[in-house]
Formats: sequence, structure tokens, C-alpha cells
Amino acid sequence: MFKNFIEQTINGLQTGSIYALIALGYTMVYGIVKLINFAHGDILMVGAYTVFIAVSNSIPFPVALILAIVFCSVLGVVIDWFAYRPLRNAPRISALITAIGISFLLESAALIIFGATPKIIDSKSIPAFLSPNIKINLGIVNISMLTIFVIFITIVCMYILNLFIKKTKLGKATRAVSQDTGAAKLMGINVNLTIAITFAIGSGLGALGGVLYAIMYPTVEPYMGMLPGLKAFIAAVFGGIGSIPGAMIGGYVLGIIESYTKGYISSTWANPIVFGVLILILIFKPNGLFGKNLKEKV
Amino acid sequence: MQKTKQNTENKWGNLNYFNKLNIKNYSLTFLFLIALYFVLYLSIDKGNPFDYKSGIYTSVLISIIFAVSLNIAVGLMGQLSLGHAGFIAIGGYTAAFISKLLVPYNLPPFIQLIVVTLAGGILAGIFGFFVGGSTLRLRGDYLAIITLAFGEIIKYVIQNMNFLGGATGLKSIPSILDFSSVYFIAVISVVIMSMIMTSRKGRQILSIRENEIAAENIGIDINHVKLYGFALSAFFAGVGGSLFAHNVGILTPDKFGFVFSIEILVMIVFGGLGSITGAVLSAVLLTVLNEQLREVSQYRYLVYAIILIILMIFRPDGVFGKKELTIPRFINKYKRIRNNLNKKNNN
Repeated sequence: MFKNFIEQTINGLQTGSIYALIALGYTMVYGIVKLINFAHGDILMVGAYTVFIAVSNSIPFPVALILAIVFCSVLGVVIDWFAYRPLRNAPRISALITAIGISFLLESAALIIFGATPKIIDSKSIPAFLSPNIKINLGIVNISMLTIFVIFITIVCMYILNLFIKKTKLGKATRAVSQDTGAAKLMGINVNLTIAITFAIGSGLGALGGVLYAIMYPTVEPYMGMLPGLKAFIAAVFGGIGSIPGAMIGGYVLGIIESYTKGYISSTWANPIVFGVLILILIFKPNGLFGKNLKEKV
Repeated sequence: MQKTKQNTENKWGNLNYFNKLNIKNYSLTFLFLIALYFVLYLSIDKGNPFDYKSGIYTSVLISIIFAVSLNIAVGLMGQLSLGHAGFIAIGGYTAAFISKLLVPYNLPPFIQLIVVTLAGGILAGIFGFFVGGSTLRLRGDYLAIITLAFGEIIKYVIQNMNFLGGATGLKSIPSILDFSSVYFIAVISVVIMSMIMTSRKGRQILSIRENEIAAENIGIDINHVKLYGFALSAFFAGVGGSLFAHNVGILTPDKFGFVFSIEILVMIVFGGLGSITGAVLSAVLLTVLNEQLREVSQYRYLVYAIILIILMIFRPDGVFGKKELTIPRFINKYKRIRNNLNKKNNN
């Protein structure tokens, strides 16, 4: 009983870590351009496919992972350049519909290129420190290396990102742009460059999350990004969209809720319960746990 | 000076002309709809129950109901709703379930269709009311997300209900539709929707789109109007869902996902957010296009995506914008062209 509970919690932390990684991208982009980047979920699908192709061309896994992160960062910047930048001053609904369009574009492009059949990243190429099969005994429960790695890498990423935002000049610029774009421009900050960097970081983290997700649930398919993308978005909303620690805590809470539902209620109810949580948060605390209360301008 | 005055008078004269002759406009539209019915009806091969043309007409008419009903929430009320497929699912499942229960009573098909369609519409409308009610505090992006979540929840809940067929789907729904009944229901639905949208209530709905705060300040109860708009949109989604269910004959929950909502959204974005006739025309165009692209269906969504992105960047109001295409408008245009020609000839 107790052992089961611990196992469920660890499972929850693992999925939660991935949600947190993906949610960071949502939160950063929303914080700076006030756009729900629907295509973010599909960026992680692109990342997973990149690793799949690289690995099947016998490129070592760590190199493939870095390749995927770089490729997705560039893709994020390109998407921003072509689709979102022309709409900076357009109504929010237009930008949102464009984001949905980009999401569709990536999905159908993947469908045309790779077909609908799910692919699996070759398990032989996955190094030992990422293997879900090698387990470590921790007294009462066994934890796989993958779980430890996922939780560890998420915390490291979060820490580095926090340092970046708080300490560096670029991070300061990011905060300035998200607070007041016009004033930031007057102070000589290159707004477009700052936004591009935000997209690059967010997409890179998304790609990392996507690859880990593809190893955890070992399939790669064109629509794989949709559900984790939505859940990561829920995590971001939970923590207060625009807040980086909020995204992290939201991701973990959501992962644990999902894991307990799967373990104690029924796995078919996990998704509706997660969506129900989103609805409850939005109804009772629309700004999330750490969100700022924005006044409405008339 | 004299000329400007003359121009203004002409303009107002035209407007008054249309206001006075409203009955004429309505009867023209009515005649047009009747004529259209006969043209379409005569082109169907009645010997063959699985006639290709009648299949296309039916699915076009159903898409029209979907598009116009979503357009009430998104285009006319300005509240981006991404859960339309959920309301369609509720209407479709309710109607199909009742329809199956009614089989032993041997009702005339048309009456049975109307009864189950109303039932589906009403239940979907009630859900729309509750979804609208729980989203009153939310604006813009958050509203889009909460409607998306509601749509997905409905899909998953239906999947977990065994008496609705679960994940394998609700099978053997009686086929009680034909082209005439679908045409009748679709025309009535669209007419009711456009009449509401041109009434006082409709103008209040439009005022929410233009500026919520200003609308509240001139004394419009925006919560009330929003609930009304959501319920109306959901009701007609349910009506369309009922026709959809009886048309396809088998319902699976997977069909009613996010992608289905987006397909309808593409229709209204393409036709013009805020134009009922634009939504109708683009529903016709895209459904026919869909049928033509059936063989290359994997490219269909690619085309959709590109249409969405390009439209949003270059023409965010859609092809028709907020304009309505009506018969008097055509007549007016024709008259203007003729007058211009006459003037030229006289000169």
C-alpha cells in the first residue's frame, strides 16, 4: 500500500518534470508576447522525430539530443519570424488562430513526411543513464535511471533558466519587454531579438521534454505533441501563466494528480480529470497560483 | 456642395427604400430558397439511395449549420470557442440515442427526426448555457482554453459511458433523413439564427464583440447576453449534431475532438468572422473541396493550415469580412451598374 503510494508519487514527479519542461516554453512566450503558442506541443513532436532520424542514421544519442534542441530552437525562431511577428499588433484572436494554424501545419507536415504509423526510438541507442529498464534499489522502491535523470535534468534546467532571467543582461531585457514593450523599446532594448531568444529557449526546452517523453512512452507519431502540449499548458495556467516557478510547480502538481488518478481511480479518467482541474482553476483563480492580478484598461 | 447633398439624399433614399420594402426582400430570399431547393432536388438521382450528389448536399447543409452556429459565438459575439465539437457530440449522441429508443414506435421519419433533433439541440443548449456561465469571468485566450477543455471532457466522458457505445461507438442509428428534411431543417435553422442576429438581442451580442466594457456602460447586461449567445450557438450545434449522427449512422467519440472544432473554425475564419452569409458560402466551398480532396486527404490539413495562417496575416477579417451577401445587395449593385451605363450612354 505504502510502497504503491511512493511509486505513484515518483511516477507523478517524472511526468510532472516533463510537463514542467514543456510548460516553461508556454510561460516564457506568454509572458513576453501574450500569445498562447499552440504550436509549442508540436515543437516537441519535431524534437522527438529529429532524435529518431538522427539515431537511425547512427548518430550517437547525446549528439542527436543536442541536434534536436538546436533544430527546435531555430524552428521556434523561424515560426515567430514568419507567423507571429506580422501579427504583433493584431487582435489577440488572430494571433491565437495563427498559432493553431502553425500547429496544424507541423502536424500535417509530419504526417506527410513520416506517415501515421508510430515510430520507436531504437532502445539500443539510448545510453544507460537514460534507460527505463535499469533500476536502482532505494530501500522500499526501485527507481529507473530514466526517472532520476528526468527529474535531475528538469531541476538543472529550471535553475539555469532562473539564473539567466535574474542575473544576465539578456534576462533583464526579457523581463523588461514582458513588463512594458513600448518602454523597453525606448530604453534601447532590441525587442524583436529578445522575443526571438525567448522563442529559442522555450522551443529548446520543449524539444528536450519531447525527447524524454518519447523515451518514456516509447512512440513517436505526428500527433504525439497534442496531449502533453495541452497538459503542459494546463500546468502553466495552474502556476500562473508568465511565472517560471509557477510553471514548475504547476507541472509537478499536475503530474502527481494524473498519476494518482491513474493509480487509484482509473486510467481512462485521467485526461478528463486533468481537464476538469484546468476548468476549476480558471473558474476560481483565473490568474493561477503565482499569477499577477492584471487590471483591465478601459 | 449641391452634389454632396444630392449624394447624401440618394444614399438615405436607398436605405429607406430597403427599409420600406423589407417584405419584398424577404419574399425574394424566400423565393430564392425555394428555387434552390427544386434545382437541387431535381438533380438528385432518386432511384439510387446512395446517390453521390445527395450525399454531398446533405453534408454541405450540415456543415452550414455547424459554421453558422459557431459563427454566433466566435464571429458575432467575439468569444473564441474551441469546443464546438463537444456540443455537436452532445446533440448527436442525444438524438441518436433517443432515435434508437423510438424505433419500435414506428413514427413517421420526418416527425421522429424533428423530435430527436429538438431534444439534441435542447440538451446541447443547456450545456452551452452552463459552459457560458462558468466562463463569464474569462476573456480572450483563457476563454478559448476553457472551451477547449470542456470539449475534450465531453469527448472523454462519452468514451467512458458504456450505454453510449464507449470508445467503439454508437452503432446502427436509424437512417431517417433524406435531402428534403435536411434542407428544411438547415434553412429554418439558418433563418432563425439570422433573424435573431438582426433583432435587438443580436445587436446586443454584436456590441459585446465590439467592446464589452462600453456595452456594459450603456446598460447592456453582458452576462445575460453572453449566456444567451452561448446557449444559442450550442443549441444549433446540437441540431447540426443530430443531423450529422443520422447522416453517418455511426458515432465514435474520437470524431468529436479538437480537430473537428478547428475544421469548423477554419470555415468561419475563411468566410469572414461576423458574416452569416460568408460562413454559409465558405461552408459550402470547403465541404465540396473536402470531398474533392478525399483521395489526398493527408494534404487536406496542410492546405487548411496554410489557409488559416495566410488569411490571418493578410486578411484577418476573412474573405467576406463583416459584409453580408444578400439578394437586395446584388440587385442594388446591378441597378447602380445599369445607371452608370445609362449615364455614360447619355453623355
